[in-house]
Amino acid sequence: MSAYAYYPGCSLTGLGKPYDESVRAVFAHLGLGLEEIPDWNCCGATSYMSISGDKAVALAARNLALAEPMGLEIVAPCAACYLVLSKAQHTISGYPEIAARVHKGLQAAGLAYAGRAVIRHPLDVLVNTVGLDAIAAKVIRPLTGCRVAPYYGCQIVRPYSGFDDPLRPQTMDRLLEALGARVVEYPLKAHCCGGSLMGTMEDIGVRMSFLLLKEARARTANMVATACPLCQYNLEAYQGQMRRAYGEDVTIPIVYFTQLMGLAFGLAPKALGIQRNLVTADPLPVTV
Amino acid sequence: MRKGSTHCRYAEDVNPAFPAEIMAQPGGEALRDCIQCGTCSGACPVAVHMDLTPRRIIALTRAGLEADVMASSTPWLCASCYECQVRCPREIKVTDVMYLLKRRAIEKGTYPKRFPVPVLAKAFYNMVAAHGRNSEARVVIELALRTNPFSLLKMAPIGLKLIKTGRMALGQERIKDPKQLRAVLDAMEES
Repeated sequence: MSAYAYYPGCSLTGLGKPYDESVRAVFAHLGLGLEEIPDWNCCGATSYMSISGDKAVALAARNLALAEPMGLEIVAPCAACYLVLSKAQHTISGYPEIAARVHKGLQAAGLAYAGRAVIRHPLDVLVNTVGLDAIAAKVIRPLTGCRVAPYYGCQIVRPYSGFDDPLRPQTMDRLLEALGARVVEYPLKAHCCGGSLMGTMEDIGVRMSFLLLKEARARTANMVATACPLCQYNLEAYQGQMRRAYGEDVTIPIVYFTQLMGLAFGLAPKALGIQRNLVTADPLPVTV
Repeated sequence: MRKGSTHCRYAEDVNPAFPAEIMAQPGGEALRDCIQCGTCSGACPVAVHMDLTPRRIIALTRAGLEADVMASSTPWLCASCYECQVRCPREIKVTDVMYLLKRRAIEKGTYPKRFPVPVLAKAFYNMVAAHGRNSEARVVIELALRTNPFSLLKMAPIGLKLIKTGRMALGQERIKDPKQLRAVLDAMEES
């Protein structure tokens, strides 16, 4: 059985709990192990690097140092975590002076990092390592009737990922098709939802997320699939505010791509955290 | 439009060291290659809300007009989507430049006061430095208390739904070994 070092990140213990549950369930069903990195800390997200440069790298690097003895590739489902860990890795390998300071910092705490981390997003692992054939072979309830807008957001495809096109990604499209879903043409698939602006400048965040949902509905989607806990929350929890701000109903279920995988595999909705989603997912091929 | 962005500038408004200091930092190197094409501003999904577009921020930075750049909300409105950065024909790390400007503003205390974005960043930073993890609900509540306490009332319905669905806990998440993390961060401070 192949295994990965698992970095859930803070969001997956809170808002993104259904993402955590569905990632774990889907990996287990495919025979892939996920071993949580012991005592992982927050990646720092966009906030930490707004305040401090080198320390933000060191904060993220503690996780890479803790994971290294496991000898496994790291899987990080949260888009921000995936980006920040990748950014730390790029900085350490590209800027020797910063790397030297980070190594010194880690040493002061009895840690060491040889720079060998490979950081991957579950979408990349599932499609490019497990493969679409192996996934399709596990589908027992094809997602007939699902017309999905595949929403990648920003940080899993830009700027470090390299597993897909940074502006017109295709990986999730192909995955959803393998599950039997119809994937709608969705030009805004890698356009920003507003990220943490929803928490700080709500009017701006609501506008950015509204445009994404308006477009998804115009493209006849009956659900949006996401790969990031913040995208999922912004698009799902603010649909009422969007309606009030723009006088237009954009109600649409926002699900994690791993929840759709689990449903297609015939896993119990509860094991995928479906009951935690705020917008009822009527078109899903199960009764929750 | 902010008044400061249209007024005349004079030689004494220029800090000649400013562009060099930004370009000396990781991510700022390619700033000298900017051709002012405006691709960054065209690609930016938040540009419509900014007082200065990313292209203008780059022009002002290279001209050394530090006060204009530091007073702008633009770096703080950057949603960190990196679209400008991957589209830039001169390979300027525009998003990373925004981070350099944010850090400089924090360091010099010139960030726009009471503007919620730096307040959130600081609350988040302090929580992670102390506990090693971020508790979403606590960060949001602290931000609201420091900027607009009435917004808590508006957020209550969503908060209740999240608690009901088991997606929000009010307790503080923490790592087992905060001393180890502290040692890493302290050592970084000294170097």
